[in-house]
Amino acid sequence: MTRRRALAVAVALAAAAPALSETMPEAVQYEKGAVAASLTGTPGNPEAGVKVMTTNALGNCVACHLVSALPDVPFPGDIGPALDGAASRYSEAQLRGIIANSKHTFEGSFMPAFYKTEGYIRPGDAYSGKAATEPLPPILTAAQIEDVLAFVLTLKD
Amino acid sequence: FALALPLHATPVDDQLVIEGENGPVEIVTEAPAPVHLKGVLETIYSGWRFRNAETRALERDDFDNPGMVFVDRGRDKWNAAIGAKGESCASCHGGPESLKGLRAVTPRVDEKTGALMTLENYIDTCLTQRMGLESWNWTSTDMSDMLALISMQSRGMAVNVAIDGPAAPYWEQGKEIYYTRYGQLEMACANCHEQYFGHMIRADHLSQGQTNGFPVYRLKDAGLLSAQKRFVGCVRDTRAETFKPNSPEFKALELYVASRGNGLSVEGVSVRH
Ligand code: HEC
Ligand code: HEC
Ligand code: HEC
Repeated sequence: MTRRRALAVAVALAAAAPALSETMPEAVQYEKGAVAASLTGTPGNPEAGVKVMTTNALGNCVACHLVSALPDVPFPGDIGPALDGAASRYSEAQLRGIIANSKHTFEGSFMPAFYKTEGYIRPGDAYSGKAATEPLPPILTAAQIEDVLAFVLTLKD
Repeated sequence: FALALPLHATPVDDQLVIEGENGPVEIVTEAPAPVHLKGVLETIYSGWRFRNAETRALERDDFDNPGMVFVDRGRDKWNAAIGAKGESCASCHGGPESLKGLRAVTPRVDEKTGALMTLENYIDTCLTQRMGLESWNWTSTDMSDMLALISMQSRGMAVNVAIDGPAAPYWEQGKEIYYTRYGQLEMACANCHEQYFGHMIRADHLSQGQTNGFPVYRLKDAGLLSAQKRFVGCVRDTRAETFKPNSPEFKALELYVASRGNGLSVEGVSVRH
């Protein structure tokens, strides 16, 4: 292994390892669907949140939701309600809960649980179609959930 | 607050008459839902009704339908002396029109053997037990060419698969799979194709996921797709471990999904994006 490659691996590992103050998916406390405590202890970055929301392999929120504040996103879906004004309808804690695992708020929701690692039927290794063993990495990291939340909190009426 | 009405909540209003070699064939793309879907769906629609105008146009005339090439190739294969003793499909069956109607009633439980048979299973039985050949790969071009040729013989006929009697246990199994939320995205066929058909999932206009159009010429792949190959793609998209083509699970699912389209026309070879 070249030195540069070793370094890249070390950086990747550091990125994958949860920060000390991070709440693991199984430890998240939902109260009527809401999650009061930050998953990272640090405020999220709304710009990074937009990236997560518009990237297919990450949150891909725009597959199902229109966000008028993001007019450059081509072909937003219309499966869920538009997220315009979401922060006027829900508290920060409620939104954190919806983004982490909406099924605690909307029973049986079609919206995927982004911060969950097990309890799946025939879980696959991402989009390969091949089997994966639980626990899986959550679809989004704690930091990515907080980043998305930071952006959604800007969506006020 | 009121939700804005989705832009494409309904299938487009359009009619399909295909200009073919032997004159126009009317295709039923909208029909009352079969009785077993009572309380679930009122009307069933072909996937053709959810595609854009350009894609729909390609299916109106066989001259424009890129899938017809595969039908011609299937005909060549049908007549070719490929068997261990020089037999062709034609030497036992005569013309492919002898299989008229079969596509509309498969998958079905074979009366003689009691096995659940897809069209592929029938083709495979003749290859391996009657012609002394190896199986064709389920997703090979040989197989999809032959599917295209046989399916064309039933163009315009109503899908009418049996769900009772010996088919019942397979149908129940398929139904269970249809409503199971697979994979890390926890999505069932029913979520996309029953609950949210007519909506946009990103750039895709969700249809009811009917199989009456199969095999499908898919513009994205520039190739023919069998129903079970489509199922593989849909399950993979839920971040799930897929089932394999010709697995008992996908055979049962193909029967169940076909039964949701009882009343729609077999399209022969359809065109989707
Ligand atoms: C596959 C579809 C899908 C995806 C992807 C999706 N959602 Fe949702 N979302 C829904 C649906 C459907 C609802 C409505 C709740 C229900 O009926 O289940 C919803 C509801 C919501 C709500 C509540 C909106 C309101 O006004 O009531 C918020 C906020 C939300 N989603 C945010 C997100 C974010 C952020 C992402 C990405 C990280 C995301 N969603 C990804 C389908 C989706
Ligand atoms: C040696 C004779 C023979 C050859 C060669 C042959 N078949 Fe058959 N095929 C049969 C017989 C016999 C049956 C069973 C008919 C029945 O059960 O009523 C059958 C049944 C079928 C069926 C099911 C028909 C139905 O209505 O149930 C299909 C489809 C089929 N063959 C396709 C093919 C294809 C495609 C080929 C060439 C690749 C082929 N066959 C070659 C003899 C043959
Ligand atoms: C995440 C959403 C999603 C899920 C879950 C899903 N599909 Fe699909 N399916 C699609 C999309 C998108 C298409 C392409 C557009 C269309 O025809 O709906 C499609 C197309 C199809 C088609 C082709 C229809 C045609 O006329 O060309 C069939 C058949 C189908 N799906 C069956 C299934 C079955 C069976 C399942 C469950 C095993 C399933 N789908 C699960 C999204 C989904």
